[in-house]
Order: sequence, then C-alpha cells, then structure tokens
Amino acid sequence: MDVIDTDIAIVGAGGAGLRAAIEVAEQDPSLKIALISKVFPMRSHTVAAEGGAAGVAKPNDSFDLHFNDTVSGGDWLCDQDAVDLFVRTAPEELTRMEHWGCPWSREANGQVAVRPFGGMKTERTWYAADKTGFHMLHTLFQTSLKYPSITRFDEFYSTELLIEEKRCIGLVAIELRSGKLVAFRAKAVILATGGAGRVFPFTTNGAIKTGDGMAMAYRAGVPLKDMEFVQYHPTGLPGTGILITEGARGEGGLLTNSDGYRYLQDYGLGPPDPWPRNKAMELGPRDRLSQAFWHEQQKGRTVKTPFGDAVNLDIRHLGEKKIDERLPMVRELAISYVGVDPVTAPIPVRPVVHYTMGGIDTDIDAATPLPGLFAAGECACVSINGANRLGSNSLAEILVFGARAGRSAIAFAKTVPPGSDRATKAKAEAAQAKIRALFLNDGTESAPALRRAMNETMESGVGIFRSEESLRQSCAVLADLRTRFNQVRLEDRSNVFNTDLVQVLELGAMLDVAQTMAEAALNRTESRGSHQRLDYPKRDDEAFLTHSISSYSGGDRPAIGARNVVITRSRPGERIYGGGGS
Amino acid sequence: MSETITIRVLRYDPDKDAEPRFDDFIVPYRDEWVVLDVLAYIKEALDPSLAYRGSCHMAVCGSCGMMVNRQPKLACHCFIRDYRGQLVTVEPLDHFPIERDLIVDQDGFIEKLSSLYPYLVTEHDKPLSEGTNLQTPAQLAAFRPFTQCINCLLCYAACPQVALNEGFTGPAALAIAHRYNRDSRDSGEELRSEITDSHHGVWDCTFVGACSEVCPKNVDPAAAIQQTKISASFRWLKARLLPGGTS
Repeated sequence: MDVIDTDIAIVGAGGAGLRAAIEVAEQDPSLKIALISKVFPMRSHTVAAEGGAAGVAKPNDSFDLHFNDTVSGGDWLCDQDAVDLFVRTAPEELTRMEHWGCPWSREANGQVAVRPFGGMKTERTWYAADKTGFHMLHTLFQTSLKYPSITRFDEFYSTELLIEEKRCIGLVAIELRSGKLVAFRAKAVILATGGAGRVFPFTTNGAIKTGDGMAMAYRAGVPLKDMEFVQYHPTGLPGTGILITEGARGEGGLLTNSDGYRYLQDYGLGPPDPWPRNKAMELGPRDRLSQAFWHEQQKGRTVKTPFGDAVNLDIRHLGEKKIDERLPMVRELAISYVGVDPVTAPIPVRPVVHYTMGGIDTDIDAATPLPGLFAAGECACVSINGANRLGSNSLAEILVFGARAGRSAIAFAKTVPPGSDRATKAKAEAAQAKIRALFLNDGTESAPALRRAMNETMESGVGIFRSEESLRQSCAVLADLRTRFNQVRLEDRSNVFNTDLVQVLELGAMLDVAQTMAEAALNRTESRGSHQRLDYPKRDDEAFLTHSISSYSGGDRPAIGARNVVITRSRPGERIYGGGGS
Repeated sequence: MSETITIRVLRYDPDKDAEPRFDDFIVPYRDEWVVLDVLAYIKEALDPSLAYRGSCHMAVCGSCGMMVNRQPKLACHCFIRDYRGQLVTVEPLDHFPIERDLIVDQDGFIEKLSSLYPYLVTEHDKPLSEGTNLQTPAQLAAFRPFTQCINCLLCYAACPQVALNEGFTGPAALAIAHRYNRDSRDSGEELRSEITDSHHGVWDCTFVGACSEVCPKNVDPAAAIQQTKISASFRWLKARLLPGGTS
C-alpha cells in the first residue's frame, strides 16, 4: 500500500477544512499539508449555505449582545468560554474573508452590509446576496490555490484513523479514481467533514453529508457530544427539502397558515408587527418556529400540498427589485422546484432537518481527547451551538475554529515524531482487510433497504418531537440495523469510481451517528432547544445542564455519559422572544 | 400500469469494458423528478453499479453536469417533465475524458484555473486592524455576475474550441480571471495577462457564445472573454507604442 508522508492531514475541504489548510500554510510554509476530500472542494456543502455569517459589525451591536443571543438561543447548553472566544474572533475572520475577495453585499457608502437574522437582537449577519456559503467556499478554495504547501487529494474517501499508542498518526483513504487504498501518515489530523443530516429522509443537506468524520472519530474511541440536538430549519421546500434562507424573513418575509393568519403570535412570539422586529415572530429562533409548525399541523391549520403539509412564506411585499437584489436564489429555487414565483405568490415551506449541533468532542482549541486529532466545523462540537444553533453562526464558526484547528495542529505537529512504519503498515493493512472483506463476502443485506429503514425510524422516532416510546422503538430498530449491516452486500465489485462502495461505507457511518442521536435523546429526559420530549416538556437544569457524551463501547449501542456545561457569566434563564425580547 | 419514461445511459467501466455502451432503464415518471432523481432511482432499484456525481440537488455545488439529449445540463436542474413521452439519453459531459459511466476527469480544468492566479492579488497585505475595504454597490456590480460560476463545466462541454483545442483555457476559467480583474480591490490583471492574453487564452475563442447559452447561472463567459480581448488589445498596443514599452 502507498504511504504518503505529510505533516498535517486535513479531511474535508469545505469551509472549515480550507480555512484550516490556509492557516497552516500561512503560519508555517515549511509544513506539508494533505487536504483530502471525497469531493472536489467546491462541491462541499458549505456551498449551499445562503443567508450569511454572524459577526459584530455595527456600533449599536456588541460582543455581549452576540454572546447573549448565542447562549440563550442555545438554551444555555453552549460552553460560554467558547462562545466568548467565538464572538470576539468572528469579525476579524469575516474581515479576512473580505481581504481575500469575498463579494460581500455592500451599503451605498461601500461598507459591508449586515442583515437581521432569527434570534438576534440586532443586525449582524454579513451576506453575499443569498449565496453566502457559495461565495465563501469559492473564495477560500481559490485563495487556497496560492499556497504551494497545500497538496489536494480530491475524491479520496477516508475510512479510518490510524492510531499508535493512543495518538492519531494518520488515516486511510480510498482513491476513488483507482480504488487504491492509501495511508496518509501525519503528525496531526484535522477532521472537517461536515454534518450528518442524511441520516434523516427529509433534509436540506446534500447527498455527501453522511457523518463520515464523526463516525471515524467515534470508532477510534473519540466521543461524540450532544448528538441528540438536530436543528430543523423552519423553511424548506416541500418534497425536495431545498433550503429557503432565513434571510428571506430577515428581509421582511411573513409566515402564514392556511387561514392567512400569522400563527407565530400564538406561540409566544408576538406582537405581529407589520415590520420585522428582531427576535420576534418570523425572526424568532429556529427551534421555536419549527415547533410552532408542528402545533399548527396538529390543529389542521397547515396548507396541503402534493408533498405534504406546509405553511406560506410570503415575500411579495418586498417587491421584485429588492427580491432580485437580496434574494435572487430564493426566487430562482422557488420557480424551478415548486413552480412558484415569490414576486407574485407565497412560497410553500415546512421544517426540514438542517444542522447537527452535536459532533466530535473538542475543546476551544479544536483538540479532541485523542492526541493528534483535531476537528472543526459542523462535524465538531466545541460547543458554541448548544441545544439550538443561532442562524448564521455556523459560517463564522467554520472560519474561527477552522483557523484555530490549523494553529493547534501546527503546535502539536512540532512536538511529535511521525508514526512508526510498523504501526502505520499494520493498521492500514487491517483497514484494507475490512474493505476487501466487502468485496469477497457475499452479504445478504441490501444497503438501500437498510438506509431506508434508518431514515424512516429517525423521522418517526427522533424528529421534532420525541417520547420515550418513540425513542425506544428507534433505538431498537437502529441496533438491529447495525447488526444487519455486518452482512451488507456490496453489489458493485469494480475498482474504478465504485460509488456503491462509497455508499455502503457512508451507510455504516450514518448508522453509528444515528445511534448516538437516538440513544442520547432517549437518555435526556427533559426538553431543551431542538430536543423536545412530549413526555418531559420542561427544561431540567438540575439534572441536565450537561453535555451528553456518546462513546463507542464495542457493544451494539453507545455508552452515554455526561459532562457539565461551562457557565462563566450567564446563568440559565428564560428564553424571551417576541415583544419582550427585542 | 402507471406512466414510465425510458432513460438511456452511457456506461463505461475501464476495468471491464473495451468501449462505452448504452443501457436502457424504464423508470416511473414523476412530474417533480429531475434527471438526478432518476439516476438515484436507477442506482437504488435497478443497477447499483451506475456511477455519477451529485450532491446538493439545488444547482449550486456544480457536481452533476452531464449531457441530456446532447445538451449540457445540471442533472439536478433538468426536469423529466420537459422530456415527457421522449427517450432521454444521458451521457457524460462532452470534451472530457470519461472515468466511468457519467463521471469525467476534471483535473484539466482545475489546472487551468490554478494557472490564472484566481484570487485577489494586492500590492500590500492590508492589516486586519484597518478593517474592510470600501467597495460601492456599483463597483461590486461590475464583477458580481462573474462571481456566480459554480465550476459545473457545462460551458466546456458546449464550447467548440474546447473540442478542437485541448490547450484552450476555456470559458469558466477565463470568466473567473475576469471576475478578479474587474474587482476594485484587485491589482493582478498584469499577472493574469500572461495566460489570458496568450494564444491559449482569450484568442482561442471564436465567439460562438455557446458557453453563455448553457450557463445555468447566467455568468456570460463569452462577455468576459470579449471584454478581456479588448483589455488585451490595449495592453498589446501599450507595450508597443508607449515609451518604455517592450519590443
């Protein structure tokens, strides 16, 4: 097997991975960087983020306000030292993006413009029309081409971390073009592989978001944190789940039910001013808005569409000119995928799985408990997102913690020798044997059938509202699927671009991730943020002001532990939105 | 029986096949399906060995460019309702080497893009403490259309020059170079002119305009190339006519 020696290996070349790579290249050009991704960098899912990136920019705003919005938005499950660091660093990272050419939208005087977003006291979301993630990703990718120390390995699917004496010494990946397995020996590894929305059937997430990095870390003994917290975005298109940005509401979009009534006023988010009021109504937090949809559905006040229930997102009053200037992609997507021109008709929308707040357990330096392994972006849980991420924090997070992961990896790499030949070879060959077994064994279980069963049980049991009964059922189904996966059948035995193999490996990763979500949700007998239990409707700070820690136990289910949340200056209080919150 | 549609897909696995062939698949017709949904259906229900790229399903990641009835299209933005009652033929993008089935080798594009200094080139590093650059909405509008390229490469499949001339830098890469040249914060145009003004740069383009017609993001690479030709001509004249000019 080929062994590629490098100083720092980065898995994932979306926003966080690219930012980490650039940081390493800038800080120490002598270090060799291997940037490994299962897709070309510009295909990474950062590309689909629309609304913007949060960072204090205006005199009427402050770090304290950004801190408060983030911590209360996260229902006090955020680590406050991490949030402090994040809000203080976000503006300089967004400024750096400007220096790298990001085409931020501008005020008339040439200053970078900011827009309001849900759950925010004031405007602080930097945006590039409604394609912010796309522009950030291409800016980062194109900027990364400047640095000769970054070597890209595009379309390499990473399967396993290499561990020697409780230290991460690299990883194994499949070159998709040839089917060859390659070992990357690195002094430090950064995982930046994104989220895992694809464990659910209805999601804004692209097909590539299968939790590969989370599962790689988990199987190497690194815990996953707060996996029960899955964000539903309140406004996706029915059928496809395509995201309609919160920016549409930031610009003044209204949500109405089948009676044309702005129903959010019935859920503590009023008064229903005709103009956008920060932290109220349509600019409430995502968890509350998605939960309000569920209640409206129970009351039979949703709009029927061929693809299930929806509510109406109305931006007609903005007028064609403003829609084309601020929300061009929203218009394009609505026309293409639901046949509605938002200039003349409201867009049908419904909640859709969007973001995994949980992820690989890291500290504020992006370090995991496994020496040599770092993580950043959606695959990681620092945690700044707590129980419900504030919209537009994630695009700033990938920059702040991507860069931080780069610096931490440099510091670590300077203190250690490369992994030994013996361990690299032995571990890589063991990984190869597992892949070979898939080719040689005639399994009996169909991967698509297992995937459908996983998707169904996640939706029915681990959705917006959960209960002991639904979760026990889903945990049992997932444990059974995990066992059946051992007999999965690989249909395609070709070496070249074997996407069947990739999908089988992705399914294995998703089953691990799904289990941690369901088991951690079962364990948390309270309601907080995006985790809502019908049988435990109240938040319980006595018992659950804690992160849940899911560890691979070698058995058929994860072990669930707990760790206290870091509280520095904001004691848990009531989340106040609507008239009292703005 | 409910309505169906027949999809003819080019198949090629270099491990097994001497040359490409076509396979026909009969799939259910669904009004809301795009070609990418059909391919996913085939892979899941009919033939797991079918190889194609695709991810976002919202026409922004640029993964799923392919030929549909001989036209370059994004498979996620190409509705089968527009082909009702017809045979739909799906092939890999023209003008690229096939790796397998609908997957083509895109390395050539990445190399061309990389050669064009596709990033902001500035005389000095601006310290973060100085904050952001000013850029008016009008200055932004001057280059913004050219920032919209998703690198889907439909324009390379449409371009007759790409077909004739492997070395041609091509529409998307030249549009991205132009995007930076037009950016009020950039001063890298001279650097990029090494490539843009060269034989394999803008002068290979014969202004057929097919690139702009197929662009799913309305980037108009043809306009970018024509504008670059004008700048290149000025550079050529300046170099010859002004004192201190070379040769």
